[in-house]
Formats: sequence, C-alpha cells, structure tokens
Amino acid sequence: MTLHRRSLLAAPALLGAAALTHGAAAADPFKVGFVYVSPIGDAGWTFQHELGRRAVEAALGDAVKTSYVENVPEGADAERVIRRLAQDGNQLIFATSFGYMNQTERVAKAFPKVKFEHATGYKRAVNLATYSGRYYEPRYLTGIIAGRLSKSGVIGYVAAFPIPEVIQGINAVMLGARSVNPNATIKVVFTSSWYDPGRERAAADTLVAQGADYLTQHTDSTAVVQAAEEKGVWCSGYDSDMLKYAPKTHTTAVEMHWDDYYIDRVKQAIAGTWTSGDVWGGMASGMVRLSRFNPNLPAPLLGEVAAKTEEIKSGKLVVFSGPIKDQSGAVKVPAGKALTDPEILSMNWFAEGVQGKV
Amino acid sequence: MRLRLEARPEPSRAMLWLSPLLAALLAAAGGGVVFALLGYDPWAALGMLFLAPLSSLDGLTELGLKATPLLLCALGIAIGVRANVWNIGAEGQLTMGAIAGGGVALAFGGAGHWWVLPLMLLAGVAGGAAWGALPALLRTRFNAHEILTTLMLNYVAIQILGWLVHGPWIDPEGFNFPQTRMFEADALLPVLVEGSRLHAGFLLALLAVPLGWLLLARTVTGFRLRTVGQAPAAARYAGFSASGAVWFSLVLSGALAGLAGVSEAAGPVGQLQPSMSPGYGFAAIIVAFLGRLNPVGILFASLLMALLYLGGEQLQVSMQLPLAATGTIQGMLLFFLLATDVFIDQRLVLAEARHA
Repeated sequence: MTLHRRSLLAAPALLGAAALTHGAAAADPFKVGFVYVSPIGDAGWTFQHELGRRAVEAALGDAVKTSYVENVPEGADAERVIRRLAQDGNQLIFATSFGYMNQTERVAKAFPKVKFEHATGYKRAVNLATYSGRYYEPRYLTGIIAGRLSKSGVIGYVAAFPIPEVIQGINAVMLGARSVNPNATIKVVFTSSWYDPGRERAAADTLVAQGADYLTQHTDSTAVVQAAEEKGVWCSGYDSDMLKYAPKTHTTAVEMHWDDYYIDRVKQAIAGTWTSGDVWGGMASGMVRLSRFNPNLPAPLLGEVAAKTEEIKSGKLVVFSGPIKDQSGAVKVPAGKALTDPEILSMNWFAEGVQGKV
Repeated sequence: MRLRLEARPEPSRAMLWLSPLLAALLAAAGGGVVFALLGYDPWAALGMLFLAPLSSLDGLTELGLKATPLLLCALGIAIGVRANVWNIGAEGQLTMGAIAGGGVALAFGGAGHWWVLPLMLLAGVAGGAAWGALPALLRTRFNAHEILTTLMLNYVAIQILGWLVHGPWIDPEGFNFPQTRMFEADALLPVLVEGSRLHAGFLLALLAVPLGWLLLARTVTGFRLRTVGQAPAAARYAGFSASGAVWFSLVLSGALAGLAGVSEAAGPVGQLQPSMSPGYGFAAIIVAFLGRLNPVGILFASLLMALLYLGGEQLQVSMQLPLAATGTIQGMLLFFLLATDVFIDQRLVLAEARHA
C-alpha cells in the first residue's frame, strides 16, 4: 500500500520533471555545422565562410550553436566529417568546397532529417541545397581597373584549376580589360592547388618576368598580392580584402560575403521554412562585392568603376553578352545574345586575348 | 654524480617494443598539458581524442577504413627498408593503382560482369607494381638512387591523374569539373558492415599482415632481403643479388600501394578525382617506422595513426578545438618516439668519479 501511495505521490513530481527536461530540450540551441577545405587563417575563401559563421552566432546568439571542422581534404575524408557533424546533432550543415559534392550527397541521403547546403556544386536533393556567387561580375570590374592601370597591357593571372568557375573569372577580367584597352592580354599560370603559397609566389614572379604589370589570382593565399607589392606592380586580391598585405599596390579585391545568406538560411531552418534550391548571388544581392579601394587610385577610375557597378547591379551591363570571340577568333556569343546560366556554369573556353590553354 | 648515456652491449628488445608505448603515453600527457593551457578540460579532450572514435561501431568501421591505405603502403615501405631500399614513392604508386583500377571500372563497369571487380584489383596491383618497377630499373641499370626517383615519380603520377580527369576521362555530365563519373555498383568493393563505409579492401590489408610477416621472418627471400640490407658484403659473398632485392622490394611495395589506391577508388571515393589520397603514401613512412618495420607492429601503428586523425576531427566537432592542437599531438608522438628510441641502443647510467 505504502508503495502505491509513494508512486502515486511521485507521479506528479515525475511529470513535472519530464516537463522540465522537455522545456530544456525545446530551448536547446539549433546546431549548425561548417566544413572548411583549408585552415581558417586571416584571409581567403575559408576565412570568408568563417566570417559568415561568426555572423550567424552574433545575429542569433543563444538560439544557435555552431561548430566547424577546418582543413578537411576534398575526397573520402570529407564524408566522414560531414557524417560526424550530422551524428553530433547538427541540423543544418554547410559544406563549403566543390570537392565535397558527392560526399555531401551521400550523407544527405543517409540523414533525411538534416538539411545540407553545398557551396559551388550542382547536385541537389530535398534536403540538399546549393549556393554560390557570381564572382565573374566583380571580376569584370577588376578587369576595367587592370585595363586602365596596366602600361604593358599584360595581366598576369595565377589560377588554381581550369574549371568553369575559374575560367569565368579569367574571361570576365579579359572582357573588362578589353572594354577599356582593346590590346590587353592575360597570361595564365595554373598551380593545381587552391592553397599553395610557394607555388603561387613562383607563378607570380614568372608572370612579372614575362612582362605582366598587373597581377590577380584565383587561389586562396596572399602570396600573389605580396609578390606584386614587392615588385611594385598593381594587383587585385580574391576572396578577402587583401589590402593590408599589399598596401601600396592592392587596388581592390573580389570579396565574398556569406553572412546574410547564412543568417537567412539558419533562420529559415529554425522556423521550419527552409527549402532546398539553388542560389547564385550576384553583386545585386551583395553576396559578391569589391572590397575597399586603394587610396592611391585615380578619382576618374573610381568614378568609372562605381558607374559600371551600378550598371551590373541594375542588369544594364551583362558580363557575358556578345559579341565575344574565343582564342581562335571564332564568335562564341553573337552580338545581341548573352550566355545562359547553364552555359556559364560549364564554360570551358578562353576569350580572345587570353594566353594559355584550358 | 651525473647521468650519462652508455651504449648497450646489444639493443634492448624490451625497449624496442616499449618505446612506442612510452612515446604514446608521453604524447598523451603532453597533449593534456596543451589542452589545459588552451583552457579545455584535458581529461575530456584526451577521452575525445583517443576513446570517442572507438566507442561506436560506426567509429570502429571508420578507423579500419582510414587505416587500410596506411597499412598497405607502410607494409611495402617496411619490406623495402629491411633490404635498405627506400621507397618514398608510395603516394605515386597508390595513384597509379587508382588510375589502372579506375580505368577498368570506367571501361567495363555497369554491365554487371562478375569479373569487373577482380580485374580492377589486379589492374590496381599491376599499376602500382609497374610504377615501382620504374625506379628499380633506374637504380639497377643507371644507378640512380631510388629515394630521388621514387619521390619525383610521385608528382609524375599525380600529373597523369590530373590530365586524365581533366581530359579524356572527364565526366561528360559533370559541368566540365575535373572528375570521372561515379563508378557503377559492380565496380565498387562490397561493404563489410551494413550502413558503414568499411569495404573488403580492409580484409585484403589485414591478410597482407601475416603474409608480410611470413615473407620477412620465415622465407629464404626474406632472409636474403634482410642480409642485403644489413650486411651487403656478406650478402655478396653468399651470392645474394643486390639488384634482385631492389627489384623485389620496389615492385612488391608498389603493388601493395597500388592495391591501396584501387581500394580507395573502388571504396570510399567511388570515382577518380584530381587527388586520390590526402598524403597516405607519405604518412605511411611514419607508420612503417612507428611499427618498427614489423608487419604486426605496423598494423597497430596504422590503427594509432588513423585514431589520431579521427580523434582530431572529433575534437573539432565536439569541443571546437583548433586543428593545430591535434597536429601538435601528432608531432609530439613522433618527437617522443625519436627520444625514447635512443634507449634501444643506449642506457642511462650514473657517471661515478672513477670514470672521470
């Protein structure tokens, strides 16, 4: 009898305890995971994603708990890391490099309740969205700057891999430069690595030796702009503002801003309104921008760039609109036409004036 | 009265095996100090590093998966070092194995032939062996040292892979991104544990351990290899061929690395990419020495190395520890191993007055 009474008495207390733990569970922060391809460092592709993660923490405070794994090689290891983040209770996971695509797709299949976002890829599912920036838009503007500042008309371009994303940037710089200097050319050196300061530096030195007096890059370290500073030639950085690494010669950088996108997507995931899809943000969205300008740039040039920026944002200036010729001189885009998104996404040819092979 | 080192009359067998254990303990202790200085609970962090990956079936299968290429490459490297043949080219041999096996998968996969997978494995082994044979030829014919040639051939192999996945073998539906199409189901190694990624290549690697031990410890070939390595003059006198040892060890270690490569391609990766290995061929050199150049020791060393990778990720995921913190532990492990190895051939003695 006593036993019964005890258990009866205990029952409301237990219920209360259950309610309490339930309440605590509801207030548990929403966990968000990030996978980075290189060390965070203090400039570059991964650093910009890290800024986005910090912005999420700052904007949503105790409502979220974020974690990240850095320097995860593209390939087999990535799948384990992404899987571990999912097992660890992360409900939204950002995989921030192209080479995580097939791995993210496989983990997304195994964890249908977790939401995944893959940067720069093309495979999607109900719980796997993709996102990327139209880096070629601000690239075009750096092309204008290069075309105006370069005396030799030769632009040196240190690039990682001849994949569409990189080729878009090279062609955009070429078109921008030729819009102000029809004789401008680009020399390209590929380094076969996203992050290899030694090789990037050697490539930059070679390009200057071959007559380039404006350097730019599609790699993640600051080696190229540092080389430009030492050689005294103009340059523009990539991913992050790199002015502090080349205070005299860094004109501006093509900069990525993932903060707004990440905050929006996390809010949507918390509210239950997140849906899969593909976002390819241009300058109008603020996802890609030009960073602060070098104070030594001439005012007329700054005015010209500002005007072209507005034209791109309003849609008046479309970067890949004809007439565009390829290296052989054949018309690739006839006048009055523009490339479609799928055509831009699979770009595998160099525009006229680019020296080097895809 | 002071301490000094004195050469032992003969190497201490006890220290030979105690040294890695001692080094692991010292590295763990040093790691605990680093974690504490960084403001993390050292016990929780050490538990996360060394125990968390072992506490679930999923973790164990991932451990086996990560250890497989390290084990295969390290076995081959160790057999070579026993014969005083230094293969720094496991990374390239692994890559060639992946290329050869992957080529078979792309050519014949998808039609459901039973022989596709065995042919892929054979091709992988042959590809790695051929890439090992090249420095053997250069060494025996032109006297070019294998440390240099194997090292440089790594980059050649990686460039060949890069050319293939950028060019002739590129996925036609892949938006021009440099990778092949995914292998079909009949060109993938069977998974050992349902729901995990642990594949049959792990069993082949495990099988290579006793075979490697038998070869080194119980066969005439193994005896010849060791003799050529340790006493070249005696080996010459006995009529053991030095160039035979070079050929044998480079081709064999190339074959093992090639098997590792095709296992990665037909296992967790499932396609060919511009890079098939995050440096397994180089990490395997450390594994070989950590395992005392002994196949059984190498099995444990490869598992320890895999554990450090997995634990390091776990620390980042669960405790937000920076990657550099776990890199420090890996560094300490090797540092302490070198330090404790001193005591294999030497011992500490008290220097007394009469010696002075």
